[in-house]
Amino acid sequence: MSQSTPLSLHVPEPTGRPGCKTDFSYLDIHQAGDTPRPPVDVRYQDTAALATGMIRVLDDDGNAVGPWDPGLDRDTLRFGLRTMMKTRIFDARMVIAQRQKKLSFYMTCLGEEAIGTAHALALKDGDMCFPTYRQQSLLMAREYPLVDMVCQLLSNEADPLKGRQLPVMYSVKNKGFFTISGNLATQIPQAVGWAMASAIKGDTKIASGWIGDGATAESDFHTGLTFAHVYQAPVILNVVNNQWAISTFQAIAGGESVSFAARGVGAGIASLRVDGNDFLAVYAASCWAAERARANLGPTLIEWVTYRAGPHSTSDDPSRYRPADEWTYFPLGDPICRLRRHLIRQGWWSDADHEALQAELEAEVLAAQKEAERHGTLIDGRVPSAASMFEDVYKDMPEHLRRQRQQLGV
Amino acid sequence: MKRDIDNDIKTTPMTMIQALRSAMDVMLGRDDNVVIYGQDVGYFGGVFRVTDGLQAKYGKNRCFDAPISEGGIVGTAVGMAAYGLRPVVEIQFADYFYPATDQIVSEAARLRYRSAGDFTAPLTIRMPCGGGIYGGQTHSQSPEAFFTHVCGLRTVMPSNPYDAKGLLIASIENDDPVIFLEPKRLYNGPFDGHHDRPVVSWAKHPKGEVPDGYYTVPLDKAAVFREGADLTVLTYGTMVWVSEAAANETGIDAEIIDLRTLWPLDLETVVESVKKTGRCVVVHEATRTSGFGAELAALVQEHCFYHLEAPIERVTGWDTPYPHAQEWAYFPGPDRVGAAFKRAMEA
Repeated sequence: MSQSTPLSLHVPEPTGRPGCKTDFSYLDIHQAGDTPRPPVDVRYQDTAALATGMIRVLDDDGNAVGPWDPGLDRDTLRFGLRTMMKTRIFDARMVIAQRQKKLSFYMTCLGEEAIGTAHALALKDGDMCFPTYRQQSLLMAREYPLVDMVCQLLSNEADPLKGRQLPVMYSVKNKGFFTISGNLATQIPQAVGWAMASAIKGDTKIASGWIGDGATAESDFHTGLTFAHVYQAPVILNVVNNQWAISTFQAIAGGESVSFAARGVGAGIASLRVDGNDFLAVYAASCWAAERARANLGPTLIEWVTYRAGPHSTSDDPSRYRPADEWTYFPLGDPICRLRRHLIRQGWWSDADHEALQAELEAEVLAAQKEAERHGTLIDGRVPSAASMFEDVYKDMPEHLRRQRQQLGV
Repeated sequence: MKRDIDNDIKTTPMTMIQALRSAMDVMLGRDDNVVIYGQDVGYFGGVFRVTDGLQAKYGKNRCFDAPISEGGIVGTAVGMAAYGLRPVVEIQFADYFYPATDQIVSEAARLRYRSAGDFTAPLTIRMPCGGGIYGGQTHSQSPEAFFTHVCGLRTVMPSNPYDAKGLLIASIENDDPVIFLEPKRLYNGPFDGHHDRPVVSWAKHPKGEVPDGYYTVPLDKAAVFREGADLTVLTYGTMVWVSEAAANETGIDAEIIDLRTLWPLDLETVVESVKKTGRCVVVHEATRTSGFGAELAALVQEHCFYHLEAPIERVTGWDTPYPHAQEWAYFPGPDRVGAAFKRAMEA
């Protein structure tokens, strides 16, 4: 060991770049149905294999297989498909509206629709989600009115948030949807705190916190794991690993040699790694975690493996940093196609049903957009009043803000 | 002053520590939604003993120890407040709040605004501040200006046990997030800045007579601590007592305004006094540049310019980290304050 060699810095790289096809073997994908389903009172250390494996239910032919098959009925599956399709149609429509400058900015969740949709179905009314900006499917599943969503996006006179927030930063307390922060990861300790409060009060509600793979590098994520473990908080901590944080590959966030779920085991938290494009697996894993939380068995960390099929936002062009057709080769496919295949295989769905639903939802979204635009858009300037800018800084407006409002002349 | 107590108010001599503990005791008893936590605050009762006995009395659900993570303490408190609780959390020393900055500035302070009132964060963040205890640079800071710069926060700093209890109860009941700074040199007695003289205790001091039960001191009212005709002193916390010593030692009839709540400020009381005296000295222990004194000087200039007969003086800590061995050269004691009084009178 006496020989000295120059050191070199390791900077992780994705296998694929523009003009270079991605080798997705890094995902370590398992066969559907091959992962055991432990009882909910499993010891955290006995979830180590689950945190590095991958829970999958739907196989490539659309069959539901293995111990995690939740055995969902026809109507729930159809509602799930409908919600995912509605989310995707809504996203596409709002991107067009952004191009028309009716709104300033938009973020789709293309390819990730199964996660919020199935997770929301596994929660109960009163449970509180602490989402990121890519969980609009939670609101869709809880049937928040599309018109209210569009009014927020348009920052118009009927915007429930009075024009103060970037589009998609919704806040809907009565649908269990916490106000979204643009500062990443802050919602993780908050979700844990909300869950601790529920436990302190002897309530039965649970919290569900959300974060992307990139933001797990923030200290708030690790802090949240510590507090969740210390107080055995009734919380589900969801890491949506969609491979990309703007242009940053998930390996730069620390996902190269170890799964994000494995961090939970290290913190003493039962943890799962799940196929996030598999509606049935998402539902089953969410139910398992929710049952643990409700039984006072503490937190669960779930890494949802998925792919951000769209750009980070309308301000982003992913073809600059990854192959433009990368999604086509993503081995976990498209969650909508996969659930549709399963429903057809069950004899509960047809191509004709699908086309009819597509047309129905497109009309529903368009009607909601038109209704919302009656209250104004960024183009026509019918936005909340400048005077309202001074409200809600404090519960009651202090004197200095009254003076500043007068100086503005409103 | 709002009082929710009988006319024959029973009082007990209390230190500021006991008064703060009494405030939390009262609120834990009155409101099931009040919870208290922080590093060492549970079983042990806090390194300054402020929460001593509260866990034994109210149980571990209401008062408990937290991991050494200021970001986690405040972040979880934001979540609890969003649920509907009124968390009162302790940052062991104000010098340690920095890891919680994002949760204070971007989250607690803006929750109501960004959600248009859908979610609120009625939490109180207590933190001992200030020097004079040989704490060195990491146990002596006065970071109030970090907080007064943030819209949506209330920043409070009491100067005596009576105010400490009433202000803390008002803070816990307030629906906005409150930063509650406790000058730790005042925990056990008033301190006039003469570190070489015998320690004075609150036991015999009238401001140490504290009602046993519930009362509040309003968050939007400064106190005229000492009436005077020559000049106005705008100050808070430990420097209230140092300013009083300077007035006594110089013979200058200073009117000392104890701001109590720094922001939102009781500007009316400030302006009224400066217009009366025509001279103004701003005193704080924190570093000078971009300190809260700069805001006070600017406000006085904006509102009282034509009444001023002298330039506004500022007496502050130096723009250095808080040193250990040189503590008393750093601390703006009565000599420095008195010299500023004289300059203001001679101008």
